[in-house]
Amino acid sequence: MNPVTVSSAAGLLAAAVATVAVGAYGLRVSRTTSDFLVASRSVPPHLNAAAISGEYLSAASFLGVAGLIAKYGADALWYPVGFTAGYLGLLLFVAAPLRRSGAYTVPDFAEFRLDSRPVRRAAMIVVIAICLLYLVPQYQGAGLALKTLLGLPVWIGPLAVGAIVVINVVGGGMRSITFVQAFQYWLKLTAIAVPTLVLLALAASDRGELGGPLPPVVGQQTTVAVETDVEVEIVDPSGVRVEGTVDGIAVPPGSPLSAGRHTLGTGSTVTLAPGARTPVVAGAPTSGDGWLGGAGLGGDHRLYQVFSIMVATFLGAMGLPHVLVRFYTNPDGRAARRTALAVIALLSVFYLFPTTLGVFARRHVPELLITGDADAAVLLLPSSAIGGTAGAALTGLVAAGAIAAFLATSSGLLVSLAGAAATDLLRGRVRDFRWAAAAGGLIPIPLALAASSFELSRGVGLVFAMAASTLCPLLVLGIWWRGLTAAGALAGLGVGALSSTSATLLAVSGVVGPATFGGWPAAVAGQPAAVTVPLAFATMVIVSRLTRSAVPADVSRIFARMHLPEGLGMGVERVPRG
Amino acid sequence: MVHTRVEVAEQTGVGDVLVRGLVRAQLGLAVRMALLVAGTMAAVALLTGALPGFGAVTVAGIRVNWLILGVAVYPAMYAAGRIFVALAEQNERHFIGVIEQGDEQ
Repeated sequence: MNPVTVSSAAGLLAAAVATVAVGAYGLRVSRTTSDFLVASRSVPPHLNAAAISGEYLSAASFLGVAGLIAKYGADALWYPVGFTAGYLGLLLFVAAPLRRSGAYTVPDFAEFRLDSRPVRRAAMIVVIAICLLYLVPQYQGAGLALKTLLGLPVWIGPLAVGAIVVINVVGGGMRSITFVQAFQYWLKLTAIAVPTLVLLALAASDRGELGGPLPPVVGQQTTVAVETDVEVEIVDPSGVRVEGTVDGIAVPPGSPLSAGRHTLGTGSTVTLAPGARTPVVAGAPTSGDGWLGGAGLGGDHRLYQVFSIMVATFLGAMGLPHVLVRFYTNPDGRAARRTALAVIALLSVFYLFPTTLGVFARRHVPELLITGDADAAVLLLPSSAIGGTAGAALTGLVAAGAIAAFLATSSGLLVSLAGAAATDLLRGRVRDFRWAAAAGGLIPIPLALAASSFELSRGVGLVFAMAASTLCPLLVLGIWWRGLTAAGALAGLGVGALSSTSATLLAVSGVVGPATFGGWPAAVAGQPAAVTVPLAFATMVIVSRLTRSAVPADVSRIFARMHLPEGLGMGVERVPRG
Repeated sequence: MVHTRVEVAEQTGVGDVLVRGLVRAQLGLAVRMALLVAGTMAAVALLTGALPGFGAVTVAGIRVNWLILGVAVYPAMYAAGRIFVALAEQNERHFIGVIEQGDEQ
């Protein structure tokens, strides 16, 4: 058996076993519903920050960021920057008041603030929708990783990750998850830092060329199988040979391709001679200069795309239920602020590595750009750039980090999904939490299998857009604006959810072509936040003004409780019924 | 004798004025910090878009747009967060100071 496969299998297995073992350790201390939901509010900032980072760094960060950077270059840098900046937004506008509200989930905050069961229910539906949609790219990433590393069929990954996560969450709830996730941050950091540092050392010893333009050129004879139809752009056709179907016409082995755009059919094989310039999936920069300078993220309206990513990621982290639920586990508002600050530091350190790996991927595995499956770059880099026993060992390490990424994020999502469903749909007992977790963990599996090959970071970006257009305005206006009413909140949640969901559906289905109306509909559907977030905020404000008389009578008391520091006798912890 | 602490807890007229002041101070601080950070980032995005030459400047062999977005932006965000935490806690200490003064009188 191939040493890379053996080492990957060992890495995957070790990370999975360690996850279950650390979870089992936490299980011994999980007894009450409060343990399951908010770890009895006793998690100190440094542990909580590691847990939040461990939970937050998903497949999109571990695999997707490097892939996007390899493919699109400078403009893809906005994704990791935004993923980090989201915590600055959370720190500035949400962390301390949310914790001081004493709520235990986002729907509970909605009821605390507006004293309205319908708003609570609407918030619960949004929480469940965001968690389910966010689980899909995690499961997809697991399928991709197991296929890339072990050659397993693509459905095994979602099934395996789903099973492990359900077992862990059903077993221990939030208490055990806190330990698991803090552990997984450090595992992920190690798994991505070590290969990056080894590659950097190698690059330094054999004349680094990282600063220069990197036209994607293969070093040795390379064969790439096309698994779904893909449109590629070819700048220099020398050394590029193809077999299969090109632009709908069957071609014999060894056929040359002309420069320009071509559609390669499913089942085609592209062979690249050493030194040949790889074809690049249409829409990605083809030249080293475009890649270095920033040439958009596919499609038109580059500046709009960049701004929309900024809006989605800066505001989206504030609306991610699995992140918010961790802030409720802090002992007080001060600790919540310190936790958010520590998360910024931990994420900053982490993202340096996938960024660097993205640059290396363009140099060492440019053939990924043909099919556009750049998400596999991190997994393939160690064996193709380093090779030998060291390469195999590092592949095992990366595999362990990848599985940790899927497990950590999926567990966190499932805890908040189950928390919201158990307390609001069911009766809030530990049993209900477990049933909700089992159901929530299984539903996204068929969705992940059905979803087309969507880049992980992009899929996650759409979930961020949805979070930024729904829960973010609810929290920000709820915390800072006394004029918010239940009707305004309901209308804003509805408009934000509908607009961002329809944009996502349009983008995934690919109904709007890049040529329609100058490319604007496609650009907005692909990056909807810059439109849907202001829309949701405006709806909430306007409808609240129209229903001004419905402002809760005790809004002053509520504001005092959210904003006053602890120690003034205002803090009251809310506990779930049951 | 005025018991400010009790007033804040029970939300009488004086207490509400104090709470409004604190909320306004914290919101102003958060908004200023957000505008500073988002404005700087928007300027970087506009610069790389409007001036292709900006992306071509290199420092130590690495393009300056990569240095800013790939490295420098992270410590800058942390610094912004740290300053915010310090100032927000200062606002809270000031608020507690006002209340305790009120209680002593």
